[in-house]
Amino acid sequence: MSTLVEIRNVSKTYERGKQKVEVLHHIDLNIAQGDFLALMGPSGSGKTTLLNLIGGLDSPTQGQISVGGTRIDNLNQGALAKWRASNVGFIFQFYNLLPMLSAQKNVELPLLLTKLGAAQRKKNAAIALQLVGLAERAGHKPTELSGGQQQRVAIARAIVSDPTLLVCDEPTGDLDRQSAEDVLGLLQTLNRQHGKTIVMVTHDPKAAEYATHTLHLDKGALVEAAAHA
Amino acid sequence: MKYLHLIWAALFRRKTRTILTLVSIIAAFLLFGLLDAVRVSFAEAGQSANGAERLQTGSKLSFIQTLPMALQARMAAIDGVKDVAFVNWFGGAYQDPHNQVFTFAVSENYLDVYPEVSVDPGQRKAYSDDLNGILAGEVLVKKYGWKIGDKIPLQSQIFPNKEGSKNWSFTLRGIMKSKDDKAFQSQMIVLHWKNFDETTPYNRGQVGWYVSRVKDVNDADRVAKAIDALSANSDHETKTQTEQAATRNWIKQLADIGLIVTSIMGAVFFTLILLTGNTMMQAVRERTSELAVLKTIGFSNGSVLGMVLAESVMLLLLGGLIGLALVSIINASLPAMSGGMITNAAVGWKSWGLGIVLALAIGIVIGALPASRAMRLNIVDALAGR
Repeated sequence: MSTLVEIRNVSKTYERGKQKVEVLHHIDLNIAQGDFLALMGPSGSGKTTLLNLIGGLDSPTQGQISVGGTRIDNLNQGALAKWRASNVGFIFQFYNLLPMLSAQKNVELPLLLTKLGAAQRKKNAAIALQLVGLAERAGHKPTELSGGQQQRVAIARAIVSDPTLLVCDEPTGDLDRQSAEDVLGLLQTLNRQHGKTIVMVTHDPKAAEYATHTLHLDKGALVEAAAHA
Repeated sequence: MKYLHLIWAALFRRKTRTILTLVSIIAAFLLFGLLDAVRVSFAEAGQSANGAERLQTGSKLSFIQTLPMALQARMAAIDGVKDVAFVNWFGGAYQDPHNQVFTFAVSENYLDVYPEVSVDPGQRKAYSDDLNGILAGEVLVKKYGWKIGDKIPLQSQIFPNKEGSKNWSFTLRGIMKSKDDKAFQSQMIVLHWKNFDETTPYNRGQVGWYVSRVKDVNDADRVAKAIDALSANSDHETKTQTEQAATRNWIKQLADIGLIVTSIMGAVFFTLILLTGNTMMQAVRERTSELAVLKTIGFSNGSVLGMVLAESVMLLLLGGLIGLALVSIINASLPAMSGGMITNAAVGWKSWGLGIVLALAIGIVIGALPASRAMRLNIVDALAGR
């Protein structure tokens, strides 16, 4: 399998007041196309920071990051925003849907950045909702949906523009076991049947079992790698 | 346009707050529209084409100082003068001192200098034949339900009759009609100057002011100077000006309406900026994570800035347009509601234009700070709730 994400000697330092905190130290990592990678580690280990760097939400203090052959560490904010719009889908712990929009309109959001017309946007959003099993809830607002359903709408939003890479930050962290398994099953399907490369941050070892690989981070460094069946 | 539903949804995310803010904007623009209409009404006073060819001659010292009647013939002899009429203030109240009715004692040719005012020829003759007769404006007649031949009691604030009483009684002989309900003559009463002069001991051949009509509007300045020259260095020096200028000066003596309107609106809009600006700041603060999500998905900084600004401008435009539309409705129904006694200028395209520009400008001012904060939002910090 070809490499989708290449991380070379990446460090990230945050400035908190006068203090400088190095959150990631000299990380080297390759993520293959079609991989489902779980990133685990204790709080403050740098998992979310690494995920943000891979998703182009943040830039490294040092090192290089390439995704699909594009160096994203030296893109400016505008170029990064454009790159994210067409290459990455984001799934958050707390779903982060816009409460005033229906599920359908939430899913359509990334398509507003494309040249698609209103009818095509609606059609694509309907397909994405169907894929996550929520076609009949398209007109419902987030407050009218359960946590599991909201997360599935968020997944539909993440995949609607057909990105290569999905980055998920604790996608099951706010869900009960059954809903969590549904969501993880859905992610696995997207990975296995639709070829999406997934990077998922999680605290939950059971969630990590759905991934093909697990990487552990501790104090900003990669400490071990494990492959699953 | 693609983002319109998104902006609209964000605007009404908290319906109660948005509606209350909208009400305050509507109230501000309602006030703006009403006050602007008052300003326009005052500015338009005496601005008719006929008003431009009429000259008013009054005492140079004060408008309460009277002039000798002998001036009429000398003014009429000036080259370029078509007619010269004269007027005295009577100041009547009908039934109750609070019901003030503009009443003037006028010369017999008064209506000749106001060709825009028409009276039925039969009624005009009846008025001419009856020294105690009066003509009343159409609006007044409708308001009080008067009929031709009715006895109309009027109380003068200043002038007593022969018996020493300020209560006078007249007979309505005719109705003055004007194409424009707002014309002063539709809301006033005229009586014979001769009757007034002979009845009250306070006036002996004196005239309040003269109204003359010139043959050529372009000649008005020369005629005015010639009229004033007649009384130069006398004890009754005059000041002659066009009716438009005289009305403007009279209004200026009352108050600087433009300044008052501007000051009030300045205070209202300043308060609106503070209140609505605060509301917008709060609304954007509450949506920090939602804005961060938009940026995460790929919305550019410029798009986020534009959407927050558009939200603010849309709120102001919505309130402004509703407010101005309400003013249009109120102004159109004011004459009917007040029996024609209160008229206000319609909201013209200039007022609409000014209102829309103000709404846009205030919207931009109010939205600028929250929009720039939204634009500069750091995605990572915002998603982490920092």
